[in-house]
Amino acid sequence: MSAVTLTVARSRNPKLLALGRQLRSPVVLISLIFLVVVLLCALFPGLFAPLDPYHQSIVRRLRPPSFLTGQGNNWLGTDQLGRDILSRIIYGTRVTLAISLAAVIIACVIGTVLGLIAGYAGGWVDALVLRAIDAQLSFPVILLVIAVTAAVGASVPVLIVLMGVSAWPQIARIVRADVISVRELEYVEAARAIGASPMRIILKHIAPNVLSALIVVATYELSRMILIEATLSFLGLGVQPPTPTWGGMISEGQKYVQTAWASSVFPGAAITFTILAINMLGDALRDALDPRLANEQT
Amino acid sequence: MLGYVIRRILYTLPSLFCILVACFLLTRLSGDPVDLFLPIDASEEARQAFREQNGLDRPVVEQFFVFTERVMRGDFGNSLRFQEPAVDLLVERLPATLELALATLALSVIIGIPAGIASAYFRNSPLDFTVRGVTAFGQAVPTFYWGILSIIIFSVWLRWLPSTGSGTIWHLILPATTLASTMLALVTRVMRSTLLETIRQDYVRTARAKGLGEMAVLLHHAVRNALIPVVTIVALQFGVLMGGVIVTETVFAWPGVGRLAIQAIYARDYPVVQAVVFFFAVIFVLSNLAADLIHAVLDPRVRLR
Repeated sequence: MSAVTLTVARSRNPKLLALGRQLRSPVVLISLIFLVVVLLCALFPGLFAPLDPYHQSIVRRLRPPSFLTGQGNNWLGTDQLGRDILSRIIYGTRVTLAISLAAVIIACVIGTVLGLIAGYAGGWVDALVLRAIDAQLSFPVILLVIAVTAAVGASVPVLIVLMGVSAWPQIARIVRADVISVRELEYVEAARAIGASPMRIILKHIAPNVLSALIVVATYELSRMILIEATLSFLGLGVQPPTPTWGGMISEGQKYVQTAWASSVFPGAAITFTILAINMLGDALRDALDPRLANEQT
Repeated sequence: MLGYVIRRILYTLPSLFCILVACFLLTRLSGDPVDLFLPIDASEEARQAFREQNGLDRPVVEQFFVFTERVMRGDFGNSLRFQEPAVDLLVERLPATLELALATLALSVIIGIPAGIASAYFRNSPLDFTVRGVTAFGQAVPTFYWGILSIIIFSVWLRWLPSTGSGTIWHLILPATTLASTMLALVTRVMRSTLLETIRQDYVRTARAKGLGEMAVLLHHAVRNALIPVVTIVALQFGVLMGGVIVTETVFAWPGVGRLAIQAIYARDYPVVQAVVFFFAVIFVLSNLAADLIHAVLDPRVRLR
């Protein structure tokens, strides 16, 4: 009996098993399915969107959702130019997700490199990185973006770089803390004793231990980036129309809120549920991969 | 304590310097600042005159010193749109923003702290689940979406409250609750989680063991100590609130500093953008400073480190 459990336990990665256990929770499962659908929408919007998101029709403007009235073929209604809201939401996932993911990747690269170096080196290098983290954590992203877009204008690369650069401290903080906790362990000491170079120790022995925490923090950062992207496009500082963005659709819809609520309510629901689903997934990843992080989040 | 205060105040100097440099570079990011301040079809003579008048033909370092000296005097130049000092515009809009921020702060503290205490005390009860669900939702919903939803419900459907403008208490309710949504959720969550920590401490058990009433144990022993991080978070969040102010004021057409910032960007009114960014950034640094100092006053262990 014990031999059997032993082989089962060895045959699969314990972290993968823990992840599988998380999927038994209906909330986590629903979140995951929802996010897969969102991702597919971003990759193949043409497959999901019932109508052309750019097709305008003034006679059919500001229609209420057809699932309520039973008239027309605009499921979630039309906006102020008669464009299909559902199709625009589906096409809008692409911009939001692309910018947010790219920003998180930039943040992860900068944050991991600086976190690894600071945690491993210690001393004045660590102090310097810590100061930089503190300085940047204490500055609101929106303000930074406002300042820069005011001068150079909003474009996708500018947004990605600004958001990515603004998010690295969160990542670096966690990575650094993790490195410090494994740096003094015996196997790292053993590697040092047999003459492994610092580069090799960091990459081969320390970095793999940081991965779990990195995945969890990156997930939370993704939901924060989506929120920031939506806020910026709502303020008119993000990707410019006619490209559909969730925040931009809400901003346009707000002008007609007295007569047509659909054009601002549905894109907002898309943002909210996406963020909520990513946060739920983040919680599940945290509980499965790195439960210690639960105390880090405030 | 005095040593800690002085050290902490000195720490803000690099931040303030960085803000100053950032504000200065703002107008130089896109190349020639003259392009930003004068119309595109301005003649070459007009451009040259503008350069000389504003010292733009001098070395950059010298320009920076001139800029710094002017900022110290509260002079960011004239608004390009209104031809009056940018700082005057900012000061004019300040009371509205302050009103909104203070109302938000009050709402978050008055509702968030009791909700967090109840949620922690009745852990895993239906009440706790409700509070946790609402706070998770509150943190997921973008501020501007709260605003629009509340306009649709309370202004368009129920016709209870006005959706735009300011002046009366009725105008304040929707913007303040909108801006408070994130902060309220945060205060509730921090209150709940720190109180859960504190309740487990030995001194709380001792207080119970010596026969104190449940209310006295909770309020005098547990909550008192659990409040320290909450107070720090509130002070810290005051700076973060400024980002939310920009969004909320845009949604509700609230005549404050945040709306001034957005309007200035649309109108490419750089002196005003500079003044507002500088103002918000300084508020930010100061609220961080306040958070640290309050923390040190409440928790002596901090200042001894």
